[in-house]
Amino acid sequence: MYRYDSIDKAMLADRTAEFRGQVARRLSGELNEDQFKPLRLRNGLYLQLHAYMLRIAVPYGSLNPTQLRKLAYLARTYDKGYGHFTTRTNLQFHWIKLADTPDILDHLAQVDMHGIQTSGNCIRNVTADPYAGATAEEIDDPRVWAEALRQWSTVHPEFNWLPRKFKIAVTAAPRDRTAAKTHDIGLVLKRARDGDLGFEVMVGGGLGRLPHIAPTIREFLPASRLISYLEAILRTYNRLGRRDNIHKARIKILVAALGVEEFARQVEAEWEKGGDAADLPDTELARIRDAFAPAMFETLSDRSEAFEAARAATPAFARFARNNLKPHKVTGYTIVEISLKAIGETPGDATAEQMEVVADLGERFGQGDIRVTHEQNLVLPHVKLDDAPAVWAALDAAGLGTPNINLVSDIIACPGLDYCALANARSISVAQHIAEKFADQDRAELVGELKIKISGCINACGHHHVGHIGILGVDKKGEEFYQITLGGSGAEDAAVGSALGPALPYERVAGAVDTLVDVYLRERKDGERFLDTFRRTGVAPFKEAVYADAN
Amino acid sequence: MPMRISLRDGAFSLTEDPFTNVTDDWAIPQGDVIISLTRFQAEGEALLAQGRKVGVRLESHEAVEALAYDLPRLAVVALAFPKFGDGRAYSYARLLRDRFGYAGEVRAVGDVLREQAGYMVRCGFDAFEPSDDSTPEIWAAAANRYHHVYQRGADKRAPAFTERGA
Repeated sequence: MYRYDSIDKAMLADRTAEFRGQVARRLSGELNEDQFKPLRLRNGLYLQLHAYMLRIAVPYGSLNPTQLRKLAYLARTYDKGYGHFTTRTNLQFHWIKLADTPDILDHLAQVDMHGIQTSGNCIRNVTADPYAGATAEEIDDPRVWAEALRQWSTVHPEFNWLPRKFKIAVTAAPRDRTAAKTHDIGLVLKRARDGDLGFEVMVGGGLGRLPHIAPTIREFLPASRLISYLEAILRTYNRLGRRDNIHKARIKILVAALGVEEFARQVEAEWEKGGDAADLPDTELARIRDAFAPAMFETLSDRSEAFEAARAATPAFARFARNNLKPHKVTGYTIVEISLKAIGETPGDATAEQMEVVADLGERFGQGDIRVTHEQNLVLPHVKLDDAPAVWAALDAAGLGTPNINLVSDIIACPGLDYCALANARSISVAQHIAEKFADQDRAELVGELKIKISGCINACGHHHVGHIGILGVDKKGEEFYQITLGGSGAEDAAVGSALGPALPYERVAGAVDTLVDVYLRERKDGERFLDTFRRTGVAPFKEAVYADAN
Repeated sequence: MPMRISLRDGAFSLTEDPFTNVTDDWAIPQGDVIISLTRFQAEGEALLAQGRKVGVRLESHEAVEALAYDLPRLAVVALAFPKFGDGRAYSYARLLRDRFGYAGEVRAVGDVLREQAGYMVRCGFDAFEPSDDSTPEIWAAAANRYHHVYQRGADKRAPAFTERGA
């Protein structure tokens, strides 16, 4: 894992000192709220319904045990004993006092963490494949490039006051676990036939009011030219992106307005004029790459007796192994996904005690490496199969053994009306009701992969547009209603879902999902996921069943 | 005489501003002036022929390329920040310095707060009209806040990746 050097640490110290001064000026009245707002946002601090919310960056979703323990400490000391992992792999505390924030940021800086650029109209935390360094699918380690981008985007002199927020994801595997095509820039590492590394560059994805799947503007960009190319994209956007209407300010609107070809032409022209001064020298890339050198793996048998014995003896472990363990590139190891979607709980929430359990397991069994996924779960990427039963037992004892990764109850939901000033409707309790419908784990496994995503308003923080089943909260004359969309995906087969029919009242949503699943089970052919069946049959059978119920 | 904060040889100080900022509805006074791009395109030749110094104020929606061929004759390019959060002028400053090799004064005008000082300096601004009553001392402290930088800018500071290689 990358470790901060003296330069990284000094950057952070300077930043926290600056913010301490800004908070003092706000508290004394020297800065008014309008002036303070963009400053606090750039340090992750939002004003929500009940309190301040602090969003802490987890760059490319990577945490070490010391960092996770610090988050647990902060949850206990400054919040209500828990935190919320987000779809951008960050961690949010929702009950923060403004006056405490400089101290919290000092605590974070002690473990090389911060809230820099987790909000505001700037380049946000860069995300990457949570299986990086562990999956055999990848052609290179995307964290190398994500770390390079973390540094490049931090306090960038030219691109810190953009028309709107700007999100970048990096993956190196054909199976996309980053939702790259829903980002302002999605980067997919590839190898050319001659073995050279490069990026497919996709620009202009995004959800919100006007969902767009990012088109590719360059099939293969030599990897060494990544930063100069991104500067050309950002400069084009900084100059031409709309600033007159916040709802039309994302780069997706510019790309759509100019047309993909014209946008790409302007970027290429800017890039050619810009030269390579911004690109990292090979020595720096090598330094970063060294930090992500493969962990020390033992030579193990491909059959773990301990694992097989536990699987035979303990059905609950067998179920966990089926759903939450993923193949590792090294024989005898596995990737352990930890669900933060326990039935009846808030998706993405973890208590301080749970964070400490995961930190301990990561230290003892996982080479000190912990990841956050954009689907709001955690990952121990390097666990020996021999140790998997012990890891599961400890997780299960802490309420972290839910065996539902990628299943119907592994739901993404935004904080919704329970926390958020923008929301029209609740999200969390809708997710809880749906999860309860599928509490029977045999049935959930029978249904298989099904991604439900719930947003409490059109800003789409819950990614409803790209849910296999998407649920959007709307306000109808003061009542909570929900629009359902089907057939979306945020993965490599990305698509925006299409509407099922008229919005449903709050109390009918979970039942409608149950009905949709019944239609799928009736219609599906061998090996089809919900998404595949929907794409084959179209909306008709689903619509008929849900609205027939209503009559 | 009005003042502005100038950056010279790494130091910030309050300096007398010999330029009159002339809006389009004013008659052109005597002496050195800063005028709009539209007015420069109409009257620039005549004003320069009078031997005085001329600067152009570029609004944030105006393309800096419009000035490219006139830059050697311009004493000042004033880049407008209509709002603190409107960041277009940072790109214009970079282009003036890095692409067009402009060596005259690049001045920040409009909604100019100390929080922007570091970004402005890194993008090549060397004159500032703060709207928050910043003194040169306050401005310097804000501009020099960070001991290290991660990117190459127009200010020639060594980025972290160069420092590390040294």
